[in-house]
Amino acid sequence: MHIIDCPWCGPRSEDEFSCGGQSHITRPADPAATSDTDWAGYLYTRDNPRGLHFERWRHTFGCRQWFNVARDTVTHEIHAVYRMGDPRPDVGGAGS
Amino acid sequence: MNAGMETYSAFNLLRHALSGHRNWPASWRSPQLKSRYDVVIIGGGGHGLATAYYLAKEHGITNVAVLEKGWIGGGNTGRNTAVTRSNYFYPESTRFYEHSLKRYETMGRDLNYNIMFSQNGIISLATSRHDMEIYRRWVTSIQLQGVDCEVLSRDAIAEKVPLLNVSASARYPIYGGFLQSRAGISRHDAVAWAYARAASALGVDIVQNCEVTGIQVSDGSITGVQTCLGDIRTDKVASAVAGHSSLVAAMAGVSLPIVSQCLQAMVTEPVKPCFDHVVICPAVHCYLSQSDRGELVIGGGADTHPSYGQRGSLPSTEAVLSAVVELYPAFSRLKLMRQWGGTVDIAPDSSPIVSTTPVTGFYISTGWGTGGYKAIPAGGETLAHTIVHDQPHPLVEPFSLDRFARGRLIDEGAAAGVAH
Repeated sequence: MHIIDCPWCGPRSEDEFSCGGQSHITRPADPAATSDTDWAGYLYTRDNPRGLHFERWRHTFGCRQWFNVARDTVTHEIHAVYRMGDPRPDVGGAGS
Repeated sequence: MNAGMETYSAFNLLRHALSGHRNWPASWRSPQLKSRYDVVIIGGGGHGLATAYYLAKEHGITNVAVLEKGWIGGGNTGRNTAVTRSNYFYPESTRFYEHSLKRYETMGRDLNYNIMFSQNGIISLATSRHDMEIYRRWVTSIQLQGVDCEVLSRDAIAEKVPLLNVSASARYPIYGGFLQSRAGISRHDAVAWAYARAASALGVDIVQNCEVTGIQVSDGSITGVQTCLGDIRTDKVASAVAGHSSLVAAMAGVSLPIVSQCLQAMVTEPVKPCFDHVVICPAVHCYLSQSDRGELVIGGGADTHPSYGQRGSLPSTEAVLSAVVELYPAFSRLKLMRQWGGTVDIAPDSSPIVSTTPVTGFYISTGWGTGGYKAIPAGGETLAHTIVHDQPHPLVEPFSLDRFARGRLIDEGAAAGVAH
């Protein structure tokens, strides 16, 4: 059970949010020049770390805003909440 | 069966009764890890053990190690809800799962082990007119492939599942559904033990408490495996580890389109027989069956965020149980005995990946997601073939890793049963 600190609404129950998966994925700048393998990598390949994970969440049943969360996939501890467009925060620890 | 293994039979049961059942031999050997194997299989769950068995049985390759970091069958093989069915929509999937279901039907005899397979049938419930329309199409697709499946009316369902609330005022009104009568439930530990015993008797080394810490690749080919019990030289490594697939593949330098999530299950206190089938209601993410011990076994949707925690998230538990008490009001008085979670490996199209990889000698079986148990025999058989021939078994050719780059996804999100 997560309590997620929405940057706009404050701490709310996990029930109100949806997880949008891995964050900081960059769309290839020139799709036409990108190979099928690289395009598939962009679309489907994921880090899927055991430990620290940078991921997108949306406050679906609240303000409906997207934002980023740095969260541990084993302990479910949330290390940081930061806005879309912000760089990865240095929260120590690393996924394995 | 093999001479090294004592057959389970009425005669031997009687014979051992004379000595108070104190002299049964161990079901499988506990060998020391050797320094060289022809094939190393990572993961001692159903899939890994079945793969080893078919390598030995079908291909005569017996210098095989199955490495398990915990105890065999202690991961998802021992955490699932033990349902076997083949009512998938796309021909590639139906063919594969039907092959697996047929293996389940003869597994008790084939492996001389009682897996307690009860073909009590699975019923999928429709809670809207639109559900019924898609079910008719779904059933037709399955029937065209020669697999048993039939549409059921609401009255037929009410007769088969008397505890289901089919009243017009129900929160989730029942419009009908469909049945695959050959589907069933079995004892999941027994499936792992049966394959372990049969594989061990054929010479396969099953090594428990042996965690793989590294995979050695040289010039794009597998050369060995590092474990907490020592290093192994080998040319072929297969990963059959489910939730930890991304981590094991990364040791060989292979990236996967897999996300690990938690899938929960739970059981109630045992009650007298009252529920004859597996009944799934996809619209509200819950399915139910009654075990031979009398417990109601309850499953639902996966938690929606990545997790390796092996424990469920409370909102998911609550959603599943709310659906159960709406559909079956009588069960609201039952006590919940246990709840647990397993880490499942979900691919973008909810279909498995049984495949060679860009690394020569490295093979993967992953993406089983929320439905790997039913696939154990066919998954093992096809992975063994893929390892031996260095190319996919025809049944799993559509499930190769390169399907994502080719855009040949097999989207079984619906047939996976509940939204994950």
